Amino acid sequence: MNTTANSPSGHLAIDQDMTIYHAEALKSELLASLEPHQVIELDLSRVSQIDTAGIQLLMLTKRECQKQDKTLRIVAHSPAVHELMDFFNIAGFFGDPLVIPAHMPPNAA
Amino acid sequence: MEEILSVFIQEAREQLTEMEAGLMRMEQGDHDPETLNGVFRAAHTIKGGSGVVELGMVEKFTHVVENALDKLRNNEIGVSSGLISAILNCVDHINALLDLAANDQAEADPDTQAKGDALANELRSFLGGAVAPSAKPGAPAEAATELETEGGGKTMNDCWHISVRFGRDVLRNGMDPESILRYLLSLGEIVHITTISDALPEAEEMDPESCYLGFEINFRSHADKAAIEKVFDFVRDGCELHILPPYSKLADYIDLIAHLPEETMRLGEILVKSGSLTQEELDEGLATQQAGAAAKREDGTPPPQLGEILIEQHMVQPEIVEAAVTKQKQISEKKADEARLIRVHADKLDHLIDLVGELVIAGASANLLAQKSGQSTLVEATSVLSRLVESIRDSALQLRMVQIGETFNRFNRVVRDTAKEIGKEIELVITGAETELDKSVVEKIGDPLMHLVRNAMDHGLEPTAVRLAKGKPAAGRVELNAFHDSGSIVIEVVDDGGGLPKEKIRVKAIEKGIISETQTLSDQEIANLIFEAGFSTAEKVTNLSGRGVGMDVVRRNIQALRGTVEVHSQENVGSRFIIRLPLTLAIIDGFLVGVEQSSFVIPLEMVVECMELQNASVDRNYLNLRGEVLPFVRLRELFEVSSERPGRENVVVVKAGGRKAGIVVDVLQGEFQTVIKPLGGLFRHLRGISGSTILGSGDVALILDVQALANLAAGAEEHALAASGARN
Repeated sequence: MNTTANSPSGHLAIDQDMTIYHAEALKSELLASLEPHQVIELDLSRVSQIDTAGIQLLMLTKRECQKQDKTLRIVAHSPAVHELMDFFNIAGFFGDPLVIPAHMPPNAA
Repeated sequence: MEEILSVFIQEAREQLTEMEAGLMRMEQGDHDPETLNGVFRAAHTIKGGSGVVELGMVEKFTHVVENALDKLRNNEIGVSSGLISAILNCVDHINALLDLAANDQAEADPDTQAKGDALANELRSFLGGAVAPSAKPGAPAEAATELETEGGGKTMNDCWHISVRFGRDVLRNGMDPESILRYLLSLGEIVHITTISDALPEAEEMDPESCYLGFEINFRSHADKAAIEKVFDFVRDGCELHILPPYSKLADYIDLIAHLPEETMRLGEILVKSGSLTQEELDEGLATQQAGAAAKREDGTPPPQLGEILIEQHMVQPEIVEAAVTKQKQISEKKADEARLIRVHADKLDHLIDLVGELVIAGASANLLAQKSGQSTLVEATSVLSRLVESIRDSALQLRMVQIGETFNRFNRVVRDTAKEIGKEIELVITGAETELDKSVVEKIGDPLMHLVRNAMDHGLEPTAVRLAKGKPAAGRVELNAFHDSGSIVIEVVDDGGGLPKEKIRVKAIEKGIISETQTLSDQEIANLIFEAGFSTAEKVTNLSGRGVGMDVVRRNIQALRGTVEVHSQENVGSRFIIRLPLTLAIIDGFLVGVEQSSFVIPLEMVVECMELQNASVDRNYLNLRGEVLPFVRLRELFEVSSERPGRENVVVVKAGGRKAGIVVDVLQGEFQTVIKPLGGLFRHLRGISGSTILGSGDVALILDVQALANLAAGAEEHALAASGARN
């Protein structure tokens, strides 16, 4: 996990599985990363596995940001993240552009 | 005609085709509920769409059909051949109504109306007591009034609605809601899902190993409630699960909203978004709720539950606007398709192909100039260019390629109806439905194919009694095959009937003066006599075929497509009609050859190999190709080019229609992209030439009709042999 912590905008890249097994650690990492920054960019491109616990944490982080008037941007999705977000139909919740093949519009009805 | 109307008609016809296909499958014993569902959805979409474009006659009539299908779906009535026939007739009638609409006629004329009423009544007779016999063809509005006592009418949602809030401990117990929901997919299709995260507590209190999520799912399935509940069996502890069946009462939904922990307004929106409720339905419920809240302020009593209000007031659900439902359904159903398909006007495609054709010619000319200039950089640039042009040409042609399956599938219905009409049992087998060919060819091949198929059923297949006597299975078999073969597409119509009676054909042909009595013909040639004008051997004229205007028209139609048709037949075993068509009518890869100053193009797909013609005897028109006899024609002689033969001649070995032949030319000039320009009517009867093209230099080259040349070569040799045989 790499955090750059100097500017108002922080970049956080998660490079481990976002599953129940790491949920506890992930929660503190994610929430800690919010502290120093106004805008947080989250890079999930190296998350090879994600489950409901992981999604739940992402949703919590997003909501926490909104509460604190901060901005959370997920700047990159791994296929696994993208797939599960699609399945749960929560791309709209995060509101981040998903970089995906042209024939698959984000499922935001 | 308004654009929206024409779009509706086009889409409705597609839906009807789908309905027809589904109904046929059901008749053949397909019990897959998805098939019936598909048919129902198609009818529903037509009804909804016709309401939007204000085609009352279509809407009314389709409603009756939809009713019947709905009863089938609910297992209130069973599938029977009679019922399917009745529905198929209704499909035809809807098609007829669409025809009227296409002619700007918004109301059915009395005849059509009477026919429609008769069909609707026939259909109703299958529904048993379920529909009052005196009921007029029920328009949706009338049907809705009957629901008055239901207390908040049915919703239009044909899906299950599943509302689940998982227990806190599921994750900790090693269960992932994701896999539960994925397992749900084995029972049906998730039309829409909304993830509810409202239960997430404050960040500090949130336990990352607890589950706080819930889902609202619009689920299309034929499983029963117990089966759906079972999916959630493992996670039942602490899990809040509500399952509403399809077409639940509005009140049930309002109840559900009231029982769920989240805010009413938000839930309402979610239900609308997921397609479970329409906006109208929601507004209805919320308006009543607000009225209740107002009442509370006035007299201080607590507001009654929404559902109670609706039930108490026996509130009639007003007719739910079909347009809204249709739109929603189409959005969810077609979304995936839409992203991948666009409708393009055929004219635009044709124009594109024309332009590409010009581009190919212009490219060839540029290429030639570049080569003459001798500048290597220029040559290189133009060669890259011509490669790109080639790719563009291929992609452009690919755009017009369609699968022949759609054309073939039409015959399911034809065969079924005809079999009933003539009292034969007939099975249709289709293979190679995915074979692609040019759209313009597909459009024109329908009629000749129809004729051949009807012929096979009427003339080809024997009556059941005769078949049994011959020891054949009672059910006749008609096959439609399509496949690619050396640059052309082959379509076969095969039957396992009596075959062509050769002797009878010969006698008849002599009688009609098509051949003379002394003419000796091979079996093959006799069989193909049926393509001559004015020929029919059926003793009795049925309304299917046998008026003697058939096969020659078939052949003419196919020849107009630069194709050929022939028949192979064996008495008592069956007949096989073989249609050969070029893949495309516009641009081909050609092989350029030259004789003296003239250039000729041979379609590249037909070229097998090229070689030098060595010490061939002058008077013999065949050579020894690795132990094989290869007949050949000399273009020089065929087209009477009056000059001396050069020292070296070349043979291009071509293959057409399963036959090999050689074409002797002076020089081989290599591959050439050929834009086919049709020859004028003046040259229509020219043999051996199928078209022309323009070379890069501006010269004209003739395109050889290889099939004809191969026949000519083989024929000449056969005749020569026959003549020498007669002399001996």
